[in-house]
Amino acid sequence: MTSTLPGRLSFGALPQFATLAAVLLANWLVFPDFFDLRLQDGRLFGSVIDVLNRGAPVAILALGMTLVIATKGVDLSVGAVMAICGAVAATMAAADYSLVAILAAALAVGALCGLWNGFLVAVLDIQPIIATLILMVTGRGIAQLVTEGQIVTFTHEGLIAVAGSSALGLPMPVVIALVLGLALAALVRLTALGLLIESIGVNRTASTYAGVDSRSVLLATYMISGLTAAVAGVIAASDIRGADANNAGLWLELDAILAVVVGGTSLFGGRFSILLSLVGALVIQAMNTGILLSGYPPELNLIVKAVVIAAILVLQSPAAGRLFGFLRRS
Amino acid sequence: MSFKKLLMGAVYTCALSVASAAGAAELTVGFSQIGSESGWRAAETSVSKIEAEKRGIDLKIADAQQKQENQIKAIRTFIAQGVDAIFLAPVVATGWDEVLEEAKDAEIPVVLLDRTIDSKDDSLYLTAVTSDTVYEGKVAGEYLAKTVGDRDCKILELQGTVGSSPAINRKKGFDEAIAAHPNLKIVRSQTGDFTRTKGKEVMESFIKAENGGKDICAVYAHNDDMQIGAIQALKEAGLKPGKDIIMVSIDAVPDIFKAMAEGEANATVELTPNMAGPAFDAVMAFKKDGTQPPKWIQTESKVYLPDTAAAEYEARKNLGY
Repeated sequence: MTSTLPGRLSFGALPQFATLAAVLLANWLVFPDFFDLRLQDGRLFGSVIDVLNRGAPVAILALGMTLVIATKGVDLSVGAVMAICGAVAATMAAADYSLVAILAAALAVGALCGLWNGFLVAVLDIQPIIATLILMVTGRGIAQLVTEGQIVTFTHEGLIAVAGSSALGLPMPVVIALVLGLALAALVRLTALGLLIESIGVNRTASTYAGVDSRSVLLATYMISGLTAAVAGVIAASDIRGADANNAGLWLELDAILAVVVGGTSLFGGRFSILLSLVGALVIQAMNTGILLSGYPPELNLIVKAVVIAAILVLQSPAAGRLFGFLRRS
Repeated sequence: MSFKKLLMGAVYTCALSVASAAGAAELTVGFSQIGSESGWRAAETSVSKIEAEKRGIDLKIADAQQKQENQIKAIRTFIAQGVDAIFLAPVVATGWDEVLEEAKDAEIPVVLLDRTIDSKDDSLYLTAVTSDTVYEGKVAGEYLAKTVGDRDCKILELQGTVGSSPAINRKKGFDEAIAAHPNLKIVRSQTGDFTRTKGKEVMESFIKAENGGKDICAVYAHNDDMQIGAIQALKEAGLKPGKDIIMVSIDAVPDIFKAMAEGEANATVELTPNMAGPAFDAVMAFKKDGTQPPKWIQTESKVYLPDTAAAEYEARKNLGY
């Protein structure tokens, strides 16, 4: 299983890349300058860069979410965890802590949130959707406590650079998402972790009987999800130079789940692909940016989005796959 | 059950002790506040306390945590305490008739703050103090029309949450104000959900769609938070908001004053958090000689400009926005 990544890309990844290409093409049709790029102050500037930059938080959430979904779980709390970690980072930045301390604290809080979710799921055997719902609901309250109900703003150079600087011409969030994606893919594919996650997703009881320490693997998975939510939360706070406990990461858990699903990972657990989840996140953001560029009235935003998503999921459905197979043979 | 009784007992004991301590004050007003839903709401609470202190009024605030049943309980407690007036910021528009009837029977005047209620019987409350969101949009539009003058002006609009009443009304008022000026035209309008993040994202796309932002003459945002996000996006694209692009928005939160002081925003229309001040005045006049206030007291929608921004920021930053 671990060695099938390249094979899987060439074979099973076609619908995802085709979808991305179709959405990008549609963007180009509604906005002909979509692919224009120019260099400004040493960083690239253009709509495609916006798609990458704005898509980075959801892409990072989708990394952790992929692993959780592969275990046949789901993590509804990532949006709220973003708000908590963003609140922690912004409050510390306002108090002028060093960047290292801020990042360490935010990541530690994210890991702690993940550990809590993992504890509920792996140790208390609560269904993931309920277990993570608890933190989804209370998390914003916790974030409010941290910020004392205000939008905490900061002028901390170091923290602003997390989302505001660039490397190799790309905005830093894009670089962070790429590096995290590669690191996580290496972690799960170069070790047995990916295989263990898939086996738990297919059948946890059987895996446990076969000697897999499913409790530890589940704990680790939810902690990774908490950590990726923390990174996304710090990026979101850095981006607006403040923490908005009410709105940071609001509904992003749904976008992250959607990205994973569009990426082809089944909600029933098992087989997963980190790279394709990143593609899924790009599809969603490309669509959002396209809607903004198109100039349609905002009342249509959600309708356009729903129609596109429905079309993508229908095209990726097993029934459509059978139809294409039948057409190819005949 | 016994726990509930115990709790009720404790509430009444507290209530009684507070009531007796308040005997020295001239008037006692109970304020059923919605809860801490936003920075503006927190500011409204702090300003209410300041205004009460100014007038020597004893103000009791009950936080309803966004629940109507808590507000009804609070009103009943206020009636039991025999307060002189009740202020209500209703979390929803319906379902108030019964409890307000009780207040009426006890001859305690009720003043609605910030939001109104749906009720056929308008004798249930003394008056309602609210802002007019259509008028806010209109004030913003008139400011822009005056500032721009006769030259052609392409306006970008950042709308609030689609379908929310402030978004609909602030758009309507603005459209009415600029309708008389054919040189002013909204070329792009999208929702930024009243948040900084979305305001920034939408503005980034607007800049690309409008020729790198060179043709943009003005940005109108339905609230200051979206405008703050838009200012960041414009600056990152190498543009000069506040100088080359006229930035006008609504709410008057502290951070927009900071932006104005730094020359990055031009004007904000205030949604005043001081709803309680006019309400106190109405109640005091009513108690003194029975003066009936009008059924609707509209708060002022004042335009703030950069010249007073630094002072306004200092005055507002600790109000809890």
